[in-house]
Amino acid sequence: MRLKKNIATSGEGFIFNPSTGDSFSTNEIGSEIIALLKEDKQPNEVIERICSKYEVTPNHFEKDLDDYLAQLKDFAILEKDHGKDNK
Amino acid sequence: MTTNKLRYERPVIQKMNTGLMNKFGTRTEYEPVTHIEGVPVKSLIEQYGSPLFVLSEKQIRRNYQNATRIFSTRYPKVQFAWSYKTNYMNAVCQVFHQEGSWAEVVSGFEYEKALNNGVPGNKIIFNGPDKTDAHLIAASQNNSLIHIDHFDELYSLIRLSEELDLKPRVAIRVNMDTGIFPKWDRFGFNFENGQAWTAITRILNSKHLDLVGLHCHIGTFMLSTEAYAMAATKLCELAWSIKEKFNKTIQYLDLGGGFPSTNTLKGSYLPGSDTVPSIDQFADAITDVILGFGFKQEDLPLLILETGRALIDDAGYLLGSVLASKRLSDGRRATILDFGVNSLFTSFWYDHKISPAQPFSQQTEEMVLYGPLCMNIDIVRESITMPILEKGDQIVVHKVGAYNMTQWMQFITLRPNIVLIDQENNTHIIRKAETLEYLELNERIPEHLQQNAL
Repeated sequence: MRLKKNIATSGEGFIFNPSTGDSFSTNEIGSEIIALLKEDKQPNEVIERICSKYEVTPNHFEKDLDDYLAQLKDFAILEKDHGKDNK
Repeated sequence: MTTNKLRYERPVIQKMNTGLMNKFGTRTEYEPVTHIEGVPVKSLIEQYGSPLFVLSEKQIRRNYQNATRIFSTRYPKVQFAWSYKTNYMNAVCQVFHQEGSWAEVVSGFEYEKALNNGVPGNKIIFNGPDKTDAHLIAASQNNSLIHIDHFDELYSLIRLSEELDLKPRVAIRVNMDTGIFPKWDRFGFNFENGQAWTAITRILNSKHLDLVGLHCHIGTFMLSTEAYAMAATKLCELAWSIKEKFNKTIQYLDLGGGFPSTNTLKGSYLPGSDTVPSIDQFADAITDVILGFGFKQEDLPLLILETGRALIDDAGYLLGSVLASKRLSDGRRATILDFGVNSLFTSFWYDHKISPAQPFSQQTEEMVLYGPLCMNIDIVRESITMPILEKGDQIVVHKVGAYNMTQWMQFITLRPNIVLIDQENNTHIIRKAETLEYLELNERIPEHLQQNAL
């Protein structure tokens, strides 16, 4: 579960993938998740950090995080897992 | 509960597309609609459940008064007749009748409904191709205006009138080429091929039938005012010929309904609010023709209008809740609502405007809105840009007052409550949500099927 090394991000939610030329926008929580992934945080740590800051339960957020990470993979922003369990 | 935590919003990411700008921009519905006529959406759903149809009495009356003002400032004799099929909740009909509207019905049960609502028989217009002998007799005896649809009906009425010595007041429905497609020629008698004149002659030669009016209804959700001018011209020509050849003055011309609401038809590039002609424009087209046709002042016919949709669509709302949010295989967001096409029948015709009922951030995503039915056809909006919706969020569908509360289907889910917000902003249930007991009321199980083997 790692962000690709060459992905450029801004604190305002702008994401750029120089290898494909694609750019993306994400919301505030999305930006925070990406910042945590940049620090190599694992999903359980991301859940802990977000749930301590925002009004959301771990169960609720876990569902949303799984969906978000799946989109990051679809957009080739995350490294491929090579079959490893994400969690 | 107080908490120092920040408001949560589901994380979203969107790919940014480059290309030519859309000069019309992308419309995003993130302006929340938290109140309807001053009543909070949240409390309406708390009190009456979700989904919930809501009607504004104030808006119905505003629409009616506006339309009557528009027509009666242009023409001296105007009468509206409420189109029951558009919305025949009795409370709704009564609002229109209190405002002075007659009733326009197209079936036996609608006719009985109008009578039960206290509408005098002579203020009920009976349209449609399906009138039983019993209803023709009742309508004749009640002095209602019977609009004859076909020759079989005409001859039935002549026979009944002779047998029972009735003197029904009748009009014929005339269909015609008004330059629009599709041509509505399945109802009534055709103008161009002489069928209408044949019917008129037959009526005027009958000792029993009293031809008092001429009727047409050229289409529905009409976007051309010119077609109404054409229709008015052709009805005037018939009335003129009747006066010339039979020395009979036609008392009224009924131009029917068909004025559009400001809903956006599916496939339209621009929203309905930008493209639909105003009632003033329709009124100009119709009244200019009749006033300019050359009738003597005392022979000017009463102008009857059966406007339905344009008088009630924007007075109706459907409140609903988000059941779930998911992503489809192609990455699109799908939001599942607690009402479907069974309740919101008009989602087959319109891209309804849908607003969130609570504030959101400015973050949006494109999504498809599905209903809760376990059926592939259950799509409320194929593509709409909305804020980040979560399970439990509430939404408001606009302009649903016409046809939904009559064409809705009892299918998979039960039909919800309908609430009317009165002029003092009090709320009243005008139709209770259906129950399983209500649904099964008319079912019968044969004796041999009353036990199962499980």
